[in-house]
Amino acid sequence: METILLQLLNGLDKGSAYALIALGLTLIFGTLGVVNFAHGAIFMIGAFCAVTLSKLLNLSFETIDPEKLDFLGNPAKVKTPYVEAWFGPEFGHALIDWSVPLAILFSIPIMIAVGFAMERGLIKHFYKRPHADQILVTFGLAIVLQEIIKYFYGANPISTPAPDAFKGSFDFGAMLGFDPNMIIYPYWRLIYFGFAAVVIGAVFSFLQFTTFGMVVRAGMADRETVGLLGINIDRRFTIMFGLASAVAGVAGVMYAPILSPNYHMGMDFLVLCFVVVVVGGMGSLPGAVAAGFLLGILESFSSMNAVKSVLPGIDQIIIYVVAIVILLTRPRGLMGKKGVMED
Amino acid sequence: MSKTDLTRRTVLRTGAVAGAGLALPTIFTSGARAFTNEPMGGTVTLGFNVPQSGAYADEGADELRAYQLAVEHLNGEGDGGMLNTFSSKVLEGNGIMGHKVEYVTGDTQTKSDAARASAKSMIEKDGAVMITGGSSSGVAIAVQGLCQEAGVIFMSGLTHSNDTTGKDKKANGFRHFFNAYMSGAALAPVLAARYGADRKAYHLTADYTWGWTQEESIAAATEALGWETVNKVRTPLGAGDFSSYITPVLQTDADVLILNHYGGDMVNSLTNAVQFGLREKMVNGKNFEIVVPLFSRLMARGAGENIKGILGSTNWHWSLTDEGSQAFVKSFGTKYGFPPSQAAHTCYVQTLLYADAVARAGSFNPCAVVEALEGFEFDGLGNGPTLYRAEDHQCFKDVLVVRGKENPTSEFDLLEVVEVTPASQVTYAPDHPMFAGGALGACNAG
Amino acid sequence: MFGLNKKDSSFLLIVIALTIATPILLQPFAEGSELAQFNGGYPDLMQKIAIFGIFAVGFNILFGLTGYLSFGHAAFLGIGSYAAVWMMKLLTMNVIPAILLAMLVSGLFAAAIGYVSLRRSGIYFSILTLAFAQMSYKMAYSVLTPLTNGETGLQLALDDPRILDGAVEGSSLPVTNIFGLAMNSSYKLEALGRVFTFNVGYYFCAFIAILAFYVAIRLFRSPFGMMLRAVKSNQQRMTYTGLDPKPYTLAAFVISGMYAGLAGGLLAAMDPLAGADRMLWTASGEVVIMTILGGAGTLMGPVLGAGVIKYLENIFSKINESVLHGWFHWLPDGVEDVVIWIFARFTGEGWHLTLGVTFMLVVTFLPGGLIEGLRRLSKRIKHGSQKRDKYDDPDPEHRPGPGKRVAGE
Repeated sequence: METILLQLLNGLDKGSAYALIALGLTLIFGTLGVVNFAHGAIFMIGAFCAVTLSKLLNLSFETIDPEKLDFLGNPAKVKTPYVEAWFGPEFGHALIDWSVPLAILFSIPIMIAVGFAMERGLIKHFYKRPHADQILVTFGLAIVLQEIIKYFYGANPISTPAPDAFKGSFDFGAMLGFDPNMIIYPYWRLIYFGFAAVVIGAVFSFLQFTTFGMVVRAGMADRETVGLLGINIDRRFTIMFGLASAVAGVAGVMYAPILSPNYHMGMDFLVLCFVVVVVGGMGSLPGAVAAGFLLGILESFSSMNAVKSVLPGIDQIIIYVVAIVILLTRPRGLMGKKGVMED
Repeated sequence: MSKTDLTRRTVLRTGAVAGAGLALPTIFTSGARAFTNEPMGGTVTLGFNVPQSGAYADEGADELRAYQLAVEHLNGEGDGGMLNTFSSKVLEGNGIMGHKVEYVTGDTQTKSDAARASAKSMIEKDGAVMITGGSSSGVAIAVQGLCQEAGVIFMSGLTHSNDTTGKDKKANGFRHFFNAYMSGAALAPVLAARYGADRKAYHLTADYTWGWTQEESIAAATEALGWETVNKVRTPLGAGDFSSYITPVLQTDADVLILNHYGGDMVNSLTNAVQFGLREKMVNGKNFEIVVPLFSRLMARGAGENIKGILGSTNWHWSLTDEGSQAFVKSFGTKYGFPPSQAAHTCYVQTLLYADAVARAGSFNPCAVVEALEGFEFDGLGNGPTLYRAEDHQCFKDVLVVRGKENPTSEFDLLEVVEVTPASQVTYAPDHPMFAGGALGACNAG
Repeated sequence: MFGLNKKDSSFLLIVIALTIATPILLQPFAEGSELAQFNGGYPDLMQKIAIFGIFAVGFNILFGLTGYLSFGHAAFLGIGSYAAVWMMKLLTMNVIPAILLAMLVSGLFAAAIGYVSLRRSGIYFSILTLAFAQMSYKMAYSVLTPLTNGETGLQLALDDPRILDGAVEGSSLPVTNIFGLAMNSSYKLEALGRVFTFNVGYYFCAFIAILAFYVAIRLFRSPFGMMLRAVKSNQQRMTYTGLDPKPYTLAAFVISGMYAGLAGGLLAAMDPLAGADRMLWTASGEVVIMTILGGAGTLMGPVLGAGVIKYLENIFSKINESVLHGWFHWLPDGVEDVVIWIFARFTGEGWHLTLGVTFMLVVTFLPGGLIEGLRRLSKRIKHGSQKRDKYDDPDPEHRPGPGKRVAGE
């Protein structure tokens, strides 16, 4: 029982990450009809926004401390972050400590700008091109973005801890009447789950309850007619691209403490998230979210020892098995619409 | 091959292109040479085959720095580094036997195919007489096999699997780095001394060959000292989030978690384990402990504070105070501004050892080099007295047991050495069951 | 000739001539000169280009003709390699049985995977093939290690049975051969200050590649090929005329899977090792990219794409800073540093950047791939640089219009 509850929590957590990336991916699919292989790289850039902010806050001046020696035996340089010098050690330290949550604010304008630049500068020219061309160009872009990050940050993962206040775990077991310390869950992961829920909710209500959202949904359904009505749908689609990038970006920022960012993390997520989007059904936002959580939870359950002892290695392939089964039984995924990306 | 030579020659002669200058049938090399890529003229070319893309690109970059430094020192530039402390004194800083050392580099991408392609182009195109490098065992074993067939020497870089000098050992291949068995043998007594002999261990293991040998080695070594193994769980390579493998640990009565992971997997699984509060847990009245059998300082940075107090083993660390290590850290640090990693150290040492073996043998012929390296005893290269064992081409030397430092003084100061396990304690018989099943074969000179 | 029309025959003859001359053509720079770094005429690279050319040509039969974008084709390549290495371990080092088995086994796998995956079209088909390939990769890496030797890759060993060859003499591994002629034997020719390497393995690959290419031409021009094009342009219309597209598509899938298996078998024949990496999704992506980069739906395009990518991978990744220093040492110090810094971003450890930029440039400016670029170039040369307008493009391959934009119901 405890095991199942714990794996459910794990699954929700993994699922939130999948759902957030898949949501952005499917927004771009749905609104623009573009297969965006650079979406994983956008997620990665989001995570590196967190790294960058923490590096910026840690920018330091050096003073020579004659008492200490560095590894070569020369007098050591002691680093003091500028923020600590400017705002006093305590507030400065708190700023550095809270760099990940702060990075959300920092990342949103950056990610929207990146999204706009991508759409206006490159993707715009590929709306009428075959999907294969879109894949090639966005794949090329993903490689370029990765290499840029690799040049500045290297290839090794970079530790980006959550604020001290969120270290430690919450004891669910005690709350639900189990033995204490049996079902505990780290605060940051709970926050991630809550954060994902808020972001998903915000995107949905934005599309559902605003005029802008209505026009975009209309454009997803029939772009030509909306254009004939004299509505500038292109500009709105650009904004959607920025929004999708921002969603992936903040997903990356918040994920940084869970998974130390490295330059190829985007590619690692990309394939999985494509599977998620397709299993959810092309062009369906609720489908993408549902599939994200479904696959996350199944992945967690399949890694239970009881399951693995019956089917060795099942945790490695469960996502693909589920994808195959769903696509064969439900031709357009869980909630896919007819005619979307089937040609 | 001599049997087929005749037919091949006739076949090729008849089909030969007109206007030939000098025509000779060859395998990998021109027949005018006594062995593959015999250095002609005043230079000799070495091939540095390291990961430049993928997860190990930073380790590859550090290896490359070490190689460049080694080349400088061999050619008599710079301060000479470990040449001054090396027990063998035949290297004079005039290249290798008067041949100036040149090098080519390539990208293994940490994939066997790409690594072999890169090594082949070094051998076929650039005339490399020795290949070295790599940052994973799969690649090392694949390239070692290639070098055996091609008739060049392979001096492996960072490879920790027992198989490299166990069931996949090759006569032309040599490993200076330590292996999974040695990690287990060095670590187990320290673990027993610090955590007690009555412990229950839970293993998380990367699901591929290196992970398995690491798990087997450390489990055997700890069980021999009275530990009980509760469970061994395989995790997919590159799983990213390990939470669903960590949480089941909470529900067992295990009081030690052993993470048989390396690189990014190690960073993530360790971070996850700490986030789930395993280190604050008390089980059976004892503190819960986490062990990482193979530490890499470069990678450990990614885990940040989480490595503090975690025990593990390493081949070499820059804070060692012996003459050789100091000389190496000094010349590396002066040139690049930061201390070298264990990968850099083993690669630097391998290059010197190769050059020295050539000089002692008086020939670049791989068979002569093999003979010179087999059973070679040396000192002054940072690991104390070391033996290159003839039976399996594995170096036997002291192993460092290290711990994540509680109060690091700089961003490089992450590990502290808690014990230097003497070589005698990690030595095993060449036919030890964990290493059985392969044969060195004979050296191949092409 | 051989059932080809005149244009195709002369095209095939040109391809044959180019293939035979490759060891000379890829060795344009004198030994020891600054540019010798760019020479690609060594056996391994030439073999790889021929082999991946076969792979891409086969992929193009499926993708270029039917429009079905498989994202799991590398699985067949990997399976072919494993089959071939097992044949060499168990039966004989002669490459013929190994290659035949490789084609057979991957054909069977392709039939099974294709039968299931082809029940869906569009992106759903792509994801199904991707899922099958990723499953194969993950299993080969971990659970199936007894069969595949996992991370290390399946290799030959001295104590393999090799029933037909008998016991190994001495203590070195046997080499792959074709009736006694070793694949790795070469004939070196030193002339004009260059060393030309004529390698048995390369010519074997080249021979098979030409054969595979010939079959592809016949296929493209056959009624069967027309059917496949019909599948691409309008499946519905095809069904209305009373034709079931499925058997045709499945046949194309199996044929292209066998091409991949053949390529995998050849890889093992050149270098008897099979690793799970060959089945990773990036490897599947690579062949997609080779095909599009060269020009999907054209005959020569995929081969060109394969050549360019393998060349970039093998040559650019080896240009390190000391090589750059050798090139630019004549520049003044400050300028030299800047120039080296810029070049270093695109070569050596930065070669991926060159790859990414190439993809973006080619697909943006040459929508039909490199072959389109060549076509434009030859037109430019023939007709001078007259200004072209958008009505000027005759669409010689009769590629159907771009995929429909996403629309709801």
